[in-house]
This record gives sequence, C-alpha cells and structure tokens, in this order.
Amino acid sequence: MNRTTTTLAAVAGPLLLASVLTACGTSGGSDTAGEPAAQGFTAPDVPMQESLGQKEGEVGILAWPGYAEDGTNDKTVDWVTPFEKQTGCQANVKYFGTSDEALNLMKTGEYDVVSASGDASLRLIASGDAAPVNTDLLKSYADIQPFLKDRDWNSVNGQMYGIPQGWGANLLMYRTDKVKPAPTGWDAVFEKDSPYAGKITAYDSPIYIADAALHLMNTQPDLGIKNPYALDQKQLDAAVAVLKDQRPQVSEYWSDYLKEQQAFTSGDTVLGTTWQFIANLAQADKVPVEAVFPSDGSTGWSDTWMISAKSKHPNCAYAWMDYIASPKVNAQSAEWFGEAPANAKACDFTSDKSFCDTFHAADKAYSDQIWYWTTPIQQCLDGRKDVKCTDYGQWTQAWTEIKG
Amino acid sequence: MTATSTAADRPPRAGLLHRSPRLRVGLLLTPPMLWLGVAYLGALAALFITAFWGQNSFTGTVERTWTLGNFRDLLTIDVYRTVTARTIGIAALVTVLDAVIAFPVALFMAKVASPRTQRALVVALLMPLWASYLVKAYAWRGMLGTGGLVSWVASPFGLDTPGFGITGLIITLAYLWLPYMVLPIYAGLERLPTSLLEASADLGARSGTTLRRVVLPVAFPAIVAGSVFTFSLTMGDYIAVRIVGGPNQMLGNVVFDNVGAANNLPFAAAVATIPVVVMLVYLALVRRTGALENL
Repeated sequence: MNRTTTTLAAVAGPLLLASVLTACGTSGGSDTAGEPAAQGFTAPDVPMQESLGQKEGEVGILAWPGYAEDGTNDKTVDWVTPFEKQTGCQANVKYFGTSDEALNLMKTGEYDVVSASGDASLRLIASGDAAPVNTDLLKSYADIQPFLKDRDWNSVNGQMYGIPQGWGANLLMYRTDKVKPAPTGWDAVFEKDSPYAGKITAYDSPIYIADAALHLMNTQPDLGIKNPYALDQKQLDAAVAVLKDQRPQVSEYWSDYLKEQQAFTSGDTVLGTTWQFIANLAQADKVPVEAVFPSDGSTGWSDTWMISAKSKHPNCAYAWMDYIASPKVNAQSAEWFGEAPANAKACDFTSDKSFCDTFHAADKAYSDQIWYWTTPIQQCLDGRKDVKCTDYGQWTQAWTEIKG
Repeated sequence: MTATSTAADRPPRAGLLHRSPRLRVGLLLTPPMLWLGVAYLGALAALFITAFWGQNSFTGTVERTWTLGNFRDLLTIDVYRTVTARTIGIAALVTVLDAVIAFPVALFMAKVASPRTQRALVVALLMPLWASYLVKAYAWRGMLGTGGLVSWVASPFGLDTPGFGITGLIITLAYLWLPYMVLPIYAGLERLPTSLLEASADLGARSGTTLRRVVLPVAFPAIVAGSVFTFSLTMGDYIAVRIVGGPNQMLGNVVFDNVGAANNLPFAAAVATIPVVVMLVYLALVRRTGALENL
C-alpha cells in the first residue's frame, strides 16, 4: 500500500510541476498550432546596412567545418589570423554540423555571420534572422561567378542576402573493382532488384528526397515535376515510394563523411551518393573508387555567407564577408573543403593548378545541371499557383517513414 | 561523540548541528532533494509540457500554444508504432541474451572460482567499462564489416557475418551492457550460502535440480535488477544503431532526428515520453514479481 502511494507521488510530481510551470510560457490556444505561419514567403522587413563605419573590434562567425581555419587543425591552413591582423577584428569562430544546428545558433543572435547552405538560407531570411546584404559595400562581390548571383537560395526578389562562398554537386561514387559496368546515372541506386542490393548507400537527410524527385523528373515525366524541391503531395508520395523501394537495398545511410569513406574502403558499400572531397580522400588511400557526375543531373549545395539581423558588429561582419570571398582566401577555403570557389579569380591562387578544373568552378553548364539544396516551402518554388507544395516539416516526417 | 566531551570542547557550529537533529537532517537532505526535484523531475516536467507545444515547420520556431497534434501524429502514423515495437523487441532480446550469458559467468565467479580468480574476473569484467562507448561500438563495426573478424571466424563453417543490421546491433548492445547484468547477479549469488547448495546435494538433488530450485530463486531478483539496466539502456540508445545498425532506426534516432535535423523540439519531446512510459510499465511489472523486495 505504502509503495503504491510513493509510486503515485513519483508520477504525480512531474504532473504537478507541469501545471505550475504552465504559468510561465504557454498561451492558451486552439488545436491549430501545426498550421504554418509562413505560407508562401514574404521576407520580413529588415534594414540593410547603407555604409561602412568604424570596426567594432570583434566578430562572431558561424561556419561549416573547414570554412574558417585559424591554423589549429593544420599550421599551414590559416586565413583567420591574417584577417584579424588586417582588420583589427577579433574573430570568434564556431563550427556547426548541420544546417539545422546553424539555424538554432543564429536564432540566439550571438553570431554576426554564417555560412548557410541553401536549405538553411531561406529559413533564415523568412524568420527575420538574416539581413539583406548591401553588395556595393563588398569589393569581392564583383568577381563572384555571375551564375551564383541572385539565385533562389541566396536572394529574394533580386535582393541579395549574402555573398557566395562555393558550391559542389552530390556525385555518384562506386567501387571500380566491384561495380561493372560503371554506372552513369542515378538509375543505378534507384533500380529495383539491383545486383548491388545491400551495398548501396544514401545521404541521411530529408533533403535526399530531392534526389529521388530528380530521378522521377527524368524517368516519369507524367508526374510533372519541374523542380525537385517543389513537390505537391502526389509528387512527394511518388518520391517517397521510390525511396521505400530503395530502402531494403540500402546498406546504410550516411551523414558523417568519415563513415561513408570507411564503408567504401571496407567494401560494405560499393555504390551511392557522395561529395567530391570524400572521393578524393578515398582515392588518396588507394581505394579503387570513382566519382562521376550523373548523366541525368544531380543535386548539390551552394553556400552563402549571410549576416545576422541582430548583428552587434556589422562593420566587422562586412569586413569578414569581403575578406572570405576575396580571390586568395576563397581559393584557400574552397581547396581545404573541396568545392568550387565562388570567386572567379580564386582559380589563380589554388595550390593545385588543376583544382578549378576538377571542381568545374567556371563551368556554368555543369553548374546548371545541379539542383542546389533549397528549403521546400508551401509556395511552390517552380511557380505553380494552383497547388500547395509540401514543406520541409512534411519532408522530415516522410523521411522518418522511409527509414521505417 | 563520547560522554566525556563537553559542549565547550566543540566548535559552536558543530554543537548547533549536534543539538538540533532537524537542522542536520535538513542540511543533509536539501542537496539531493534539490537535485531530484529540480534537475530530474523538473526536466521531466519541462519535457512533458514541451510535448504539447507546436512548431512552425518552416522557420522552426517553437509555438507556445497547446496542441495534441504531436500525440495524434504519434498514434496515427504507423511508422512510430513500428519503431516503438522494434525498439522494445531489441531491448527485450538484448536483455534475454545478456541474462543467458551473464548467469553462468556470475555463478562461476561467485561459487566456483577461488578468491584470487574471483578478483581477477571482476577486474576483467570491469575493464571494458574503462574504454569509451564509441571505441567499442566502432570496434564492432570493424569486426562485423565485410572481411572483418566475424566473417573470418564464420567462414570455415560456411557462414558469413550478419553485417550491419538488427542482428549486428543486438550483438553489439549485448556486449556493451553485459557488465551491467553480470555484476548484480554476481552480487546476488555471492550472498547465497554454500551450505544451502551442500544441503540440497545431501538431500539427493542433482545439480540441475539444485540450480533450478535453489540457485535460480535466489538469483532471480538480481537478474531482474540487471534487466532493468540492460532494458533501459537499450531503450535509450541511438548511437550504436547509427554505427552498426545499418539503415534501421530506434526511438532514440527519431528523437535525435527531430531535435537535430527537423528542429522540432515539441515532437521530439512527445516521442521521448514513449521510453518513459515503457519504463514505468516495465518497472510496474517488475514490482509485481516481487523481485525488488528481495534485493
């Protein structure tokens, strides 16, 4: 008897506390909180910097690993220290692992600039966390490859929200000794009853649904997919069905590049999606792999340095954006990370002279074949007005269901 | 304090504590109660409340309005039932596997080995706990992989490694949590007087009967105690799945993905209540067996 009461107390405790805590925070409301407020997409009115002033002496930088090296990883890889010397802005660098982590950290308002991929940038703009960027104040902007300016993922209605850093495509990697004949397109990973069943890998993120949508775009034109990031419910269902068929053939999903590299090395995975620099790392280890740009196009990423709407050090932030996108530094960071630099003049400064060719940096035709990661939103990105498209929340839900 | 010491000998503060037992008890109990109340129950309460909030699916902002939407999704969408069932199944299998392996080991340690060997065995058992969880999980990844140790050992028998998947995951988790099962059983069996075993033999029982009717009843509460560890540790695991589990996911992964990838804290909180409920049910069942009273 006594025990029962203690158990009851243990259960009742949190509930009681819960009702007490309710007072702080929750507003009474109906059952409609799931209804997204961001129908379509109007950028909140955030003021743009008009001119540059006195530098504040420090800047908070939020970056993908490898974008802001200060020599701690490799003594020869350091472009943060020269920046500090040049501008007098002390750089406080924080690396993040996923786009969503970047989003969370930006919301704190503690950081001035962020290197955002296309699947984070629109969300930063929509939530009012990113400010428009006055490109007239950035000397480096003139040298940025023209095909990276004013794109869906870094601008709204012709207003730039940052300065491009670099881009790359998701490639198809395979073991040359195990996969014959060599695959040429994404059919290889999506075909049913693949001879490589159980040895296929896929990227572990809801954004991978776009890869399946791209495949459908090429193979099932009746579905009418025009942009793999603008899927209505029917098209999303079709893409999900493709991925559910693929699921039994997948050896594992990867999001950690080292894990993928190791799986290809051991032969647990012989075929699947990859990034250029993972292929480079594996080839450097003498693993017989080859990464090809699929004949039917591919998805990819394009990163943009954006400035926080709550930036306390805007002048140092502009100094950083100008510096990081300048030819020499852009070459250093892009080469360290393994992607095509955004600055056209960066190609003169890479240590490996064939670098820009390997990454097709100036190849507009190559870049046009890439569908860059973009956050799916309700308002269809392909311009359709008669249907509602599925948003990232639904994609996340779908991704959980695909993995089962 | 001995009777000869007087109040004047002691520093005044110690005297105060000595004179008022209430203050003493109060000071002793406040830190643990604060810990339990604020850090533990408070966190649980915060989790529970968050589960009733919504989220703006585009910007990821938490919307602090009451909604049952998260629980509705949890109950109506099949995949969460599948994942819950899979997680409970894995936890149960890991627990059974651990109990089966741990019982003979613990019995040998407690009743057969010499005191010297006993000490050595305890050290050997605790040793893996010194190594990082990740190191052990990645070691199993290497062993279970193509051309790894497992396939090398199995190939003479015409078998192959199970590879990355549920089987590999269960093996890895069973390995990781084994010490948490052996130690309670060992402690339980150590209290079993050897004279009981002798008496059983004197009365004509074979070793099988002794094991079943004397040793097992004594060991049972200890096995149950160990199972609470292995079961709850497996319920909450999400790292080993990512390393050796292939494309599968457990409840922990769903929570992790909703916090890390989808940025949907309220839904993650709703999912996180499932293991809490499962463990409460499990503990209630354990209590009904009466095992906890005999510990």
